[in-house]
Amino acid sequence: MTNEALQILIGSWFPNPEADKVVDQVEVLADDGEDPVPQDPVNPSLLEFAEEGSQFLNVEVSPDHLHELMSKLKANTETSFDYLFCLSGVDWGTELGIVYHLESTAHRHNIVVKVKTEDRENPTFDSVWDIWRTAEFHEREVFDFFGIKFNNHPNLKRLFLTPEWDGFPLRKDYEDAINMVVK
Amino acid sequence: MQETTTLNNSFKSEEYFINMGPQHPATHGVLRLLLTIDGEIIKKVEPDLGYIHRSIEKMCERDSYQQIVHLTDRMDYLSSHINNEAVCLTVENALQLEIPDRVKVVRTIIGELTRIASHCLWWGVMGMDVGALTTFFYGFRDREMINDIFEETCGARLTMNYNVPGGLMWDIHPNFINRVKNFVAHFKTKIPEYDRLLTENIIFQKRTKGVGVLSKEDAISFGVSGPVGRGSGYSCDVRKYHPYSALDKVTFNEALETDGDTFARYNVRIKELWESLSIVEQLIDNIPDGEYRVKTNAVIKLPKGEFYQKVETARGELGVYIISTGTKNPYRLKFRSPGFSNLSALNHMAVGGKIGDLVATMATLDLVIPDIDR
Repeated sequence: MTNEALQILIGSWFPNPEADKVVDQVEVLADDGEDPVPQDPVNPSLLEFAEEGSQFLNVEVSPDHLHELMSKLKANTETSFDYLFCLSGVDWGTELGIVYHLESTAHRHNIVVKVKTEDRENPTFDSVWDIWRTAEFHEREVFDFFGIKFNNHPNLKRLFLTPEWDGFPLRKDYEDAINMVVK
Repeated sequence: MQETTTLNNSFKSEEYFINMGPQHPATHGVLRLLLTIDGEIIKKVEPDLGYIHRSIEKMCERDSYQQIVHLTDRMDYLSSHINNEAVCLTVENALQLEIPDRVKVVRTIIGELTRIASHCLWWGVMGMDVGALTTFFYGFRDREMINDIFEETCGARLTMNYNVPGGLMWDIHPNFINRVKNFVAHFKTKIPEYDRLLTENIIFQKRTKGVGVLSKEDAISFGVSGPVGRGSGYSCDVRKYHPYSALDKVTFNEALETDGDTFARYNVRIKELWESLSIVEQLIDNIPDGEYRVKTNAVIKLPKGEFYQKVETARGELGVYIISTGTKNPYRLKFRSPGFSNLSALNHMAVGGKIGDLVATMATLDLVIPDIDR
């Protein structure tokens, strides 16, 4: 599928309840005989799509809808994203999050799913290891280096570092006077 | 009577743990496996990683793009040239640099020679893991010829650093073409020797057939790639689906097997030796003239955005994911290493088998630990 077709299909799974209300308001104003006030286009979906600055179609989802979206991306026969080829933790400064790179081995199209949270003390997302088994290891790596926790993960503990390690090294605010060389 | 009771008790089945590694020869490096076993039957395999973790991803965040290339051949040191190429391609695509054809062809030739060298080493230690010591010397003899060619052209045998963003460090050595041709002619007579020595060996076949089976669905779900995925009938060759450098100009077959067992993965790699030789043969007489490098700025700054590039190393799909904020360092750089995902399937493949089977299975996963630990 093309990126446009993917965007329309995936966006329709999570309709934005706000979008209908705005349309209603515009119609009411039009009945009064006044020109409708031009408004910013309201996103018809709860998902945010973007293609700028990336070779893939990007979609940003709220943590609440993450697992539902991922299940549908894998199960739907038109999307059929069965290959999770990269799962990266990212520290965006104020936000922590995960970037999932997905590919369909049947249709050979790609999508990038992003999820973010501003909670740096106790960031938690739903695990996707029940959808793609490879996520079990990758999520442990993210937990190890970013301190992001995963609900329903079968074995969430440090993978590379020792259990008593203090802090999460790949976070931008991590400091280690002994092991880090700061230029 | 008393004696019989104690005897029966001592044969009671009981689960217990044993350590395999971190210095076990079959783990090919410092990987520790915690095995839960019942008698000799494996109940669970839990890898314990991190013995040589250097946090390359964190180091990359403070390094320039030219410096990052040098870190990558410390990951999968048997595919160092292809790792270097992955970072260079990401940077070049982000900068939209036009790379000369000469560079593309030379990169592909050396990449395929790297794959052959890596598979030679794998074949040697594969035999050794299942108890055939001779193969080690055969594999190293042929790999040595490739290393000599590399040494002459780029001055290094293992951590090559021959790629730089924009092209190659310097031009190929005048002897390069002749020596590669000699090697191809030599190695063509040696692969049948490999087959006679190991592939057709009945003891070897009994050790590997039906061992460590991975189905196609599981292979995709575990994200395995490279020869491990193709042994399960999963068509996943990055060179076919996302061709890079000169790989779109050559014809080759993707090596596929459907059994999904250790012997199938073994056969995939033997087939790949022939395919890689064929790619080298198609290109070696057709190296175009031209520049071996295009000029880049001394300080490379990538535009703001996200860039992803995948390449096929000897172990599978290596991904480089760069998030750039427009500065001279990447904001975040993630290496999706093939060995890490392949290792995640090990527990699934080994459960229910014996410890000897685990060694054979691990041999065809072809793990390189620095690639997993990064």
